[in-house]
Amino acid sequence: MDVILLQILNGLDKGSAYALIALGLTLIFGTLGVVNFAHGALFMIGAFCAVTLSRLINLSYVTLDPVKTDFLGNPAKIKTPYVEAWFGPETGAWLIDWSVPLAILFAIPVMIAVGFIMERGLIKHFYKRPHADQILVTFGLAIVLQEVIKYFYGANPIPTPAPELFRGSFDFGVLIGFDPNAIIYPYWRLVYFAFSALVIGAVFAFLRFTTFGMVVRAGMADRETVGLLGIDIDKRFTIMFGIAAAVAGLAGVMYAPINSPNYHMGMDFLVLSFVVVVVGGMGSLPGAVLAGFLLGVLESFASMNWIKDIIPGIDQVIIYLVAIIILLTRPRGLMGKKGVMED
Amino acid sequence: MLGLNTKDTRLLLIVIALTLSTPILLQPFAEGTGLAQFNAGYPDLMQRFAIFGIFAIGFNILFGLTGYLSFGHAAFLGVGSYSAVWMFKLLSMNILPGLILAVIVSGLFALLIGFVSLRRSGIYFSILTLAFAQMSFNLAYSVLTPITNGETGLQVTLNDPRILDGVNASPYTNLFGLPMSSSVKLELLGRLFTFNLGYYFCAVIAILAFYLSLRIFRSPFGLMLRAVKCNQQRMSYTGLNARPYTLAAFVISGMYAGLAGGLLAAMDPLAGAERMQWTASGEVVLMTILGGAGTLMGPVLGAGFIKYFENIFSKINDTVLHSWFAFLPDGIEDALVFVVQPFVGKGWQLTLGLVFMLVVVFLPGGLMEGGQRISAWIRRKSRKDDGRADSEHRPGTSPHIAE
Repeated sequence: MDVILLQILNGLDKGSAYALIALGLTLIFGTLGVVNFAHGALFMIGAFCAVTLSRLINLSYVTLDPVKTDFLGNPAKIKTPYVEAWFGPETGAWLIDWSVPLAILFAIPVMIAVGFIMERGLIKHFYKRPHADQILVTFGLAIVLQEVIKYFYGANPIPTPAPELFRGSFDFGVLIGFDPNAIIYPYWRLVYFAFSALVIGAVFAFLRFTTFGMVVRAGMADRETVGLLGIDIDKRFTIMFGIAAAVAGLAGVMYAPINSPNYHMGMDFLVLSFVVVVVGGMGSLPGAVLAGFLLGVLESFASMNWIKDIIPGIDQVIIYLVAIIILLTRPRGLMGKKGVMED
Repeated sequence: MLGLNTKDTRLLLIVIALTLSTPILLQPFAEGTGLAQFNAGYPDLMQRFAIFGIFAIGFNILFGLTGYLSFGHAAFLGVGSYSAVWMFKLLSMNILPGLILAVIVSGLFALLIGFVSLRRSGIYFSILTLAFAQMSFNLAYSVLTPITNGETGLQVTLNDPRILDGVNASPYTNLFGLPMSSSVKLELLGRLFTFNLGYYFCAVIAILAFYLSLRIFRSPFGLMLRAVKCNQQRMSYTGLNARPYTLAAFVISGMYAGLAGGLLAAMDPLAGAERMQWTASGEVVLMTILGGAGTLMGPVLGAGFIKYFENIFSKINDTVLHSWFAFLPDGIEDALVFVVQPFVGKGWQLTLGLVFMLVVVFLPGGLMEGGQRISAWIRRKSRKDDGRADSEHRPGTSPHIAE
């Protein structure tokens, strides 16, 4: 029992990332009908928002130490981050420590802006073109974004630690009545899961309980009629694109401590997220979330040793295998609606 | 000639002439001059031109004709490489058995994957092929290590059995004893021309591959494939089943990819799993689109363009840039270098991505369409009284080169 629980927990953090990216992909697909291959790049940009903010906060000025000298006899240099000088040492240190969660605030406007620019500048012109063209142009865009990031941040992963408070692990099993040391779980992964659940909940609530969300849902169901009612649906869909970009970006920000950001992390996640979207059903938001978690957990189960002994290599291919089976037996995916991208 | 009409024969002859004279054509700058680094006439790169040309021609038979966008073609390339290297290990360093096995194995593999994937179309087909290719890649890295040698890559060693080879047989890949790396060097007018056996072997195969694709394009079978792209529903209403045709196209293009993989191994007997990664599949998509999908010459052009970029363009670094702009005043020189530098050298992929995006946005027919537009524009200029400019108003439907 505790083994099963542990695997479920292990799958949750990856599953959360898949679910968040797939949610954004589906939002874009459902509203604008665009297959966005650059969505992984948005995830990556989000992660680099965290890197950028932590670098900004860590900007320091150098003063010379009056007493100490280094081994060459020159006065030793002391680096003081500006934030410590401005807000006092304690607040400054706290800001530096909490740079990743703070990056959420930084990433939201950045990602929405990036989304707007992408939609207005490029993707707008591709609504009428075939899906293959959309895939190709967003694939090209993904390459460009990736290379731009590589140019500014280099090719190596950049470690971006979580706040001190959430580093390390705790004994999750004891809390729910298992033996000690049965389920050890890192804090940050729990935070990540809670955060993604919050974001997913917020997106759903936004779509369900606000007028704006209602209009967007109506537009997803029948764009033309909504347009005829005198609503500028294009504008709202652009805003949805921004929101989808922000969701992917937030997924990236919070993922930075789990996996040090590098420029190709987006591409790595993109392929899997597409598989997730297809498994969940094109255009179905709950399907995307469900499939994201499901595949994440399945992946972690498949990497258990005794399963690997029975079917070697299953951990490497399980997601793709599931996708192939689903696509062939349930063409609409788990929760796909009738009439959405069926051919 | 050879079952082609006059125009196609002329095209084929041009292609043959260009391919055979590549070592001369790609060496236009004298040695020792500043421009010599743009010479692409060295064997390794020329082989790549030919091999990836074959790969792209094959991909184009599937994507260009039927419109099915496969994102997993690199799997066949990888499978071809692995089978060829196994032949080098077990049978002989003569490359022919290796190439034959590469084509057969990748064909079978394509039959299997195509049979499953072609049950869906559109984006689902892309995802299915992508999933299969990623599965093969992951397996090649992990469980199939006894066959693929994992991360190290499959290599040829001296104590491999090689049952067909005698004791004194050449330890290098060869064609009946002639090693692939043997070349004749010729220095003329300050230029160094290298005529390499490996390149000519690849070139001959590439010409054959081109001829075959030309025949397919002009055949009733090719017409059927075009019908699949045009309107599959209407095709099935007329009582034709599209599946066998698309499957045949898929297998043929898989075999082309396998052949290319086999040739890669033949030129350098090493096969690694990274050849199967989806970015490699993306590369052949880039090549085909960049050159012009559905045209005969387009994919070859695209392959050449990308490989040239990858190998030549990536060598331009700061020092080279500074020497180019040295005639300008210092401030402007530095500014120019600063502006240009992100796009060249290590940033070549950035330029490639930008070029690719521009092509998809403005020239859906790829470089071929660009060429046609320019030539149409020139023709229109030369006889202005002709009046109507019609070629501008046919975007998307890319006419074929030999029409």
